[in-house]
Amino acid sequence: MKVLVPVKRVVDYNIKPRVAADGSGVETQGLKMSMNPFDEVALEEAVRLRENGGAAEVIVVAIGPKATADTLRTAMAMGADRAIHILTDEAAGHDGGIEPLAMAHLLEEVVKKEQPGLVSIGKQAIDDDMSVTGQILAARLGWPQATFASKLELLPEGRARVTREIDGGVEVVEVSLPAVITADLRLNNPRFATLPNIMKARKKPIETIEAGSLGADTKPRLETLNVREPAERKPGIIVSSVEELLDKLKNEAKVL
Amino acid sequence: MSVLLMLESEAGKLRKSARAALAAARRLAGKAEHKIDVLLFSGSGGHDGQQAAEEASRLPGVGKVLHAPTHPLAEQAAPFLAQHARNYTHVVAPASATGKDVLPRAAGLVDVQPITDVVEVIDEATFVRPIYAGNALATVRSSDPVKMLTVRPSSFEAAEGESETPAPVETVQLPETSQARFIKRDLASSERPDLESARVVISGGKGLKDTDHFHKLLEPVADKLGAAIGASRAAVDAGFAPNEMQVGQTGKIVAPELYVAVGLSGAIQHLAGMKDSRVIVAINLDPEAPIFRVADYGIVGDLFEILPQLQEKL
Repeated sequence: MKVLVPVKRVVDYNIKPRVAADGSGVETQGLKMSMNPFDEVALEEAVRLRENGGAAEVIVVAIGPKATADTLRTAMAMGADRAIHILTDEAAGHDGGIEPLAMAHLLEEVVKKEQPGLVSIGKQAIDDDMSVTGQILAARLGWPQATFASKLELLPEGRARVTREIDGGVEVVEVSLPAVITADLRLNNPRFATLPNIMKARKKPIETIEAGSLGADTKPRLETLNVREPAERKPGIIVSSVEELLDKLKNEAKVL
Repeated sequence: MSVLLMLESEAGKLRKSARAALAAARRLAGKAEHKIDVLLFSGSGGHDGQQAAEEASRLPGVGKVLHAPTHPLAEQAAPFLAQHARNYTHVVAPASATGKDVLPRAAGLVDVQPITDVVEVIDEATFVRPIYAGNALATVRSSDPVKMLTVRPSSFEAAEGESETPAPVETVQLPETSQARFIKRDLASSERPDLESARVVISGGKGLKDTDHFHKLLEPVADKLGAAIGASRAAVDAGFAPNEMQVGQTGKIVAPELYVAVGLSGAIQHLAGMKDSRVIVAINLDPEAPIFRVADYGIVGDLFEILPQLQEKL
């Protein structure tokens, strides 16, 4: 069984991005970019499946401009066997201006060609925080989905048992394969790419496909009118004792 | 305008987030003659959902209730939702685990770009949603014929009131699926108020040092405050508290009247989950901790001394 892992190149999670002065978006120029942390978890799970014999090959796929190839190299250093780069226009920014629905349309074409038994994808990208690509892809393929997965077990007869994070606890579902799973943080701890593996990854193949050549509908459905900073909270005060705190909460904030 | 509002039950009753989602739906429906229909998934946890259906039928401004007394597996719920979506201008769900699972799948079937975690409705096509873990707010306008969105319940004031005549309830069957099977659900049982609807939340971080201290120090204070207990991601990762207690971008989004942050630094991922609380109190040894930048009241000091004092004086 092949496992397909879509990965997204995003502003590194340690960096607090700035809103552009003209309100057109978030400044990403010159910032450190990394693989979306949830996609790292999805990739780690796929690599473990191959290592324990549950999967034969791990293929990573990313959508974006030229620099996106870096993220694919990292993915291969973490253990992916080969990579597909869906190349977008340089001018359209780090995600190629491709919305999640359009990403799912593009990924659908890759799935049709590669015929994986499982798509393992992060539950959300930490830039747009949409958390929808896996579900849309599953819908379009007519495959079952197990979202927000914190445990995955392959069962005999082409099924998988997945523990899902839900409000107030967890839920266990069984899905038939092929399926889409979306990874939550607790699924595993992704490994670091070691230097020898980074060197080896340089020799692994990246197939590049022009986004436009896949014949998928990538027309944006949303127009971003503006991006702004959230309202700042008024500066608070430091109190010197528990008595003073309780007095403030009772008489000033009136919450007790 | 016509809105289809997807709601869920919990322990046989309508979930608390329902009225906040209804408030968002009412913003969309506009004038009173425009309809809001409810699609209610119930049947989780051994209840027949009758009470939840009755509650839904009395929500103000609801035209009819489509009641699916079954567990909402996305493979069954999404096709049903997609089939009905075409009769509406908007499909709305709370940004709950179920909403986030089902609505995007339904949007994929209808071929529209869903808009998730909406915190403000500007007009019928224009919405505000947080991006980059709440570090920025994007205003987006949708050109899709049916707008499909999840709304963040803590951002909408719960709609109040009851209609005198209950709306008609129609029991509906979801399509069968062999693709997915529900096995079981394990909910953390607690006497405490629910994290997402509690008036007061007290959250602990790595500063509590271990699981034992996490419980022994936070619980008595939570008892006195009638508070729900939350945790930072670091505390959850360190095993002090279970996943379902995590507050943050990757956990629960809360907005209580009072939020008390104890021994947690205030990483951006945590702030994304709690900075809309009305009053924030921070207790931390490090005066430079980012949590003090969002706190209304801060105490710089040792939580191992401050929490027992707080417990005693409350």
